[in-house]
Amino acid sequence: MAKSIDVSDLNIYYSDFLAVEGVNMTIKARSVTALIGPSGCGKSTFLRTLNRMHEVIPGARVEGKVMVGGQSLYDSDVDPVEVRRMVGMVFQRPNPFPTMSIYENVLAGVRLNSKRISKSDADALVEKSLQGANLWNEVKERLNKPGMGLSGGQQQRLCIARAIAVEPEILLMDEPCSALDPISTSAVEDLIHELKEQYTIVIVTHNMQQAARVSEDTAFFNLAATGKPGKLIEMNPTKKIFSVPDEEATEAYISGRFG
Amino acid sequence: MTTELSAPPTSKPLRSIKQPRLPKQAPLIAVAVAVAAGALLGLSLGWGLAPIVVLAGLLYVIGLTVWSRIVETPRAATDRLITSLVWVSLIIALIPLVSLLTTVITKGAPAITGTFLSTSMRGVISGPGGINHAIIGTLLITLGATVMAVPIGLLTAVYLVEYGQGSRLAGAIRFLIDVMTGIPSIVAGLFAYALFSLILGPGTFFGFGGSVALTILMIPIVVRSSEEMLKLVPSDLREASYALGVPKWRTILKVVVPTAMAGIITGITLAIARVIGETAPLVIAAGVTDSINTNLFSGQMTSLPVFVYNSYSNPGSEVDVAVQMAWGAALVLIVIVMGLNILARVLGKILSPKTGH
Ligand SMILES: Nc1ncnc2c1ncn2[C@@H]1O[C@H](COP(=O)(O)OP(=O)(O)OP(=O)(O)O)[C@@H](O)[C@H]1O
Ligand SMILES: [Mg+2]
Repeated sequence: MAKSIDVSDLNIYYSDFLAVEGVNMTIKARSVTALIGPSGCGKSTFLRTLNRMHEVIPGARVEGKVMVGGQSLYDSDVDPVEVRRMVGMVFQRPNPFPTMSIYENVLAGVRLNSKRISKSDADALVEKSLQGANLWNEVKERLNKPGMGLSGGQQQRLCIARAIAVEPEILLMDEPCSALDPISTSAVEDLIHELKEQYTIVIVTHNMQQAARVSEDTAFFNLAATGKPGKLIEMNPTKKIFSVPDEEATEAYISGRFG
Repeated sequence: MTTELSAPPTSKPLRSIKQPRLPKQAPLIAVAVAVAAGALLGLSLGWGLAPIVVLAGLLYVIGLTVWSRIVETPRAATDRLITSLVWVSLIIALIPLVSLLTTVITKGAPAITGTFLSTSMRGVISGPGGINHAIIGTLLITLGATVMAVPIGLLTAVYLVEYGQGSRLAGAIRFLIDVMTGIPSIVAGLFAYALFSLILGPGTFFGFGGSVALTILMIPIVVRSSEEMLKLVPSDLREASYALGVPKWRTILKVVVPTAMAGIITGITLAIARVIGETAPLVIAAGVTDSINTNLFSGQMTSLPVFVYNSYSNPGSEVDVAVQMAWGAALVLIVIVMGLNILARVLGKILSPKTGH
């Protein structure tokens, strides 16, 4: 079910601005890969090319190749909608649908696609997804209340529940814990541990400990200078990156000796 | 270098956060004093009501500001000045509205009776008749216009916001919509009349012609207001939906439009309120009749504004009766518009995104 990702010679543009240049990377199936690097180096941008969300921004385009489970994402006959059903995403800022209740938010992926689902299946799916996102106990009494009425951290877990409810094969997470307290963060990290049994997970994080705790592999992105494109500096097993990285820049960033 | 760290903090006097304040009722006191002083001065000089009110307003704004400047801080005085100006402007804005409403109600209410609302003018030779035919005409013609203008306007707005960003076609459409906003209503009426004269032969008057004329007037309002509302929907929500593998059209239909629904409905109501009182295009395109006509597609149809206009311009032999009926019809029209506004508010409340717990 889970799929690996192969990226080769990927250049990512916003109109004429080259944001990320020359990425080559292999992301293993059923594992967690962390993307780290200074702000503005293009982690979010790169992540969004893995489910073709990048092109949603007007003028944004991509050169190069992204293969998911042996299929090329950017071939002309690929339907981006199908790609996004296979590759789910959790955003940096929680974004539940304001017109929907908690229950409807979790089911959004199913309902918005007008799939038929029986009431009992729907209930089961909602419970399973909310359990998975470690939110069930907090909201089970008020499933029909608006999703916007939750706290920021609860909203983020609601968004995780919504993403896993459509059962994607790959899950992209852009700083999913930046709005969470330590307890919710550790809940999400536990969740990531469970999810990697079934899913391939790519997570962007600014928290080195988090990268060290949850990931098998870590990729370090960096900017040569402001205005220059971001580049993949090094990708290695997390243990190696955090002990004996190949590159000096990685070492400097991780140990905090970074400008 | 190092010693500075341990240097004792320079002792600063504790900064007070208290400032002298005027009593809570200061604005009320100022109003009372200003009105009393204005009345005294005005009456002694033999002025009428209007100059006295203006004088009292001026005295209030100046007096409260000066009083505050003496007792409170300059910042508080500026605050008082701006606050009073805002209040005065509000009252000035309300004067014509209240005066209009009271006039229409006092003059129109006596005309309103059961027969007035339930009969037409057919065969009425003397005494008051009814406006049932005009109420039906107004409702049908406006309904027809709404049914045509809302889908066209809303879909245009969806195109402009969701598909046409930065494209030349969208720019052209926006320009044409702006031009359409400026079309005089009588031109819209002439257009509809000319259109159906060409298709169905000269001299074609029917309700639907009126609906077409009103549609032309409604579309730009619906497009502009819906466009603004759709633009307000955060792109985060669209992305959240795309990321779930929802196609764009479904995202628009089930996420974007519902999120903006409350505002869109308000815009539609405003558009209806704007055209429901149109007279000139309906005189031209829908004609005039004394009888009830419930068929939009054949026969002339009178609407309330046209009825008001006719009663005033051709009152017949009993001028008083006709004029009173005109006021009554105007009141009914205002009540219909208000009812629409209330309906829109209720719908907006029900449909707007929910936050609470
Ligand atoms: N919508 C956009 N249009 C144009 N340029 C953009 C857009 N979004 C991001 N960029 C630019 O692309 C570069 C990479 O941005 P990106 O958001 O990917 O950084 P990031 O590594 O995720 O940073 P952070 O850690 O702060 O989230 C930045 O220079 C940014 O200014
Ligand atoms: Mg980012």
